[in-house]
Amino acid sequence: MILQLFFIVIAAVTLISAIFVVTAKRLMHAALWLVLALFGVAVLFAFLEASFYAVVQVLVYIGAIAILIIFAVMLTRRMMDEKGAQLNKGWWVAAVAAAALFAGLLAALGAWAGFQEGPGAAPDTAVLTQFGIDLVDPSKVAIPFEVASILLLAALVGAIYIAADKKGGKG
Amino acid sequence: MPNFWSDPFGFIIQGFNNLLLSWGWPASTVQVVGDALGAFVLVAGSLFFCLLLIWAERKIGGRVQDRLGPNRVGPFGLFQAVADMLKIFTKEFVTPTGVDKVVYNLAPILSVAAVIMLWAVIPFTITFYGNDLNVGVLYLVAVGGLAEMGIVMAGWGSNNKFALLGAFRAVAQLVSYEVPMVISLLLPVMLSGSMKLNEIVRSQDVWFILSAPIAAIIFFISSIAENGRAPFDLMEAESEIVAGFNIEYSGLKFGFFFVGDFLHAFTIALLFSVLFLGGWRGPGADQIPLLGFVYLMLKTTIMYFVGLLVRFSLPRFRIDQMMNINWKMLTPLALGAVIATALIDKGVSRFLVTLTPVLYAIVRTAILLLANALVLWTGMDLMGNVLERRERRVVAIEPRPVARPEPLPVEPEQSEGEVP
Repeated sequence: MILQLFFIVIAAVTLISAIFVVTAKRLMHAALWLVLALFGVAVLFAFLEASFYAVVQVLVYIGAIAILIIFAVMLTRRMMDEKGAQLNKGWWVAAVAAAALFAGLLAALGAWAGFQEGPGAAPDTAVLTQFGIDLVDPSKVAIPFEVASILLLAALVGAIYIAADKKGGKG
Repeated sequence: MPNFWSDPFGFIIQGFNNLLLSWGWPASTVQVVGDALGAFVLVAGSLFFCLLLIWAERKIGGRVQDRLGPNRVGPFGLFQAVADMLKIFTKEFVTPTGVDKVVYNLAPILSVAAVIMLWAVIPFTITFYGNDLNVGVLYLVAVGGLAEMGIVMAGWGSNNKFALLGAFRAVAQLVSYEVPMVISLLLPVMLSGSMKLNEIVRSQDVWFILSAPIAAIIFFISSIAENGRAPFDLMEAESEIVAGFNIEYSGLKFGFFFVGDFLHAFTIALLFSVLFLGGWRGPGADQIPLLGFVYLMLKTTIMYFVGLLVRFSLPRFRIDQMMNINWKMLTPLALGAVIATALIDKGVSRFLVTLTPVLYAIVRTAILLLANALVLWTGMDLMGNVLERRERRVVAIEPRPVARPEPLPVEPEQSEGEVP
């Protein structure tokens, strides 16, 4: 009962802050609302007794990605600017795409058997061990995992190339 | 029921639970109330403990710098921190115009909370800990990331250019030093085969500082940098960016950043003892948990003292030196140590399974120590070669024989408009 109440509060906070992410006038506020929304998702993971995913959500999304977004926002000139329309002509395309994605996810999740299961149906450690084994199993997700790491490596090399001091003069 | 004299924490917790249960409360409610109360006591206790830390830091700092430190209020100046606390309570909150109210006020709270949340997973004795999360080490890293959020929010919310610059510097440093820290945290996890902090402590038959010395040193250095203390105190370099990200704060809000700072320094020492110095382990600690607490505090105090010595005796790094140390020194070394340990530990455990546990631990530690020494020596040698080949950059002008009020060469006027 109490857990359900907590769940409703946290889900509401997550959804409302997600709405504020797109409606906030200042870009910086949008970024901070995004942090709150991501944090709400982390709490939901904790509710599902998936402590690994909860912690990784905080570590990756708040500790790294949100900080990166905030850096990008702070380095752009018009961060203090509140003027300008928030919608452009193509807004309805985005709305249709978002609605279609939502409907697709809902349909896919509704068809999935695990959707009705309560938290802790399988012990957390067993799930994690299986996840770890899958990551290095070539028949499971080892290849996508390696492809992702090559992508990251390419991004690193690209970043170094852009940032490198080319002629050895003053950067 | 634990004995009061051997395990006071367990005794109090058990007694409290039994009392509530005897009142007819359901077990789940007792659990929730107990957890909430425990969290409250731990947080309040750590905040009061901070008073003692401030005194110790000022006293030791004074001694290192050939001063006396606080010595007027109370015996040995012990109550100086209390007086300072009362003073800071009475100070006015000055809120500058144009600040972002919510962000500005949330930042100090977040930066203290990020430190105190670390205490939730630290095993103080064999039985006394907040929660032995099965992802304890990852949790430490994740919560560390929240502190960066607090600094960004302080810098941006203050509506001040110096605060923003300070926050930029701080976050650049914190994000960079998180990389070697996370890699060095991998080693205790690999050696113990668990991310539970209590499990890591349990498996330290030989302290991990012996089987992973490189990781221990890197963890120590990078956690000083995460704390933003000298020699890594670029984020509050007074001569360059006034006071850094916390410039617009006053009264208790300013104090909060410093509470977070002092507590963080102690927490680092605590984590170092847990991860590398065997935590509560020591003779008799399994039977008498209180002894374990004493051992942990002894180790922590020694590490805390070392941290203070470093802080009060080394000058500040330049920003390029700070980045060089991180990316060209600590990160490659940490990666090398991880690779070497992973390969050797797997190989060694295959061949040594026939030995007795004691002998196994000793041989394994000796081999790992040797491997670490080799990695360190190779790494230093490579680094030395790289550094020798590079020309030293001139950072100051040529010394002039006579001190004359001679203007420095000025570059031609930029087209920024006239200065009125």
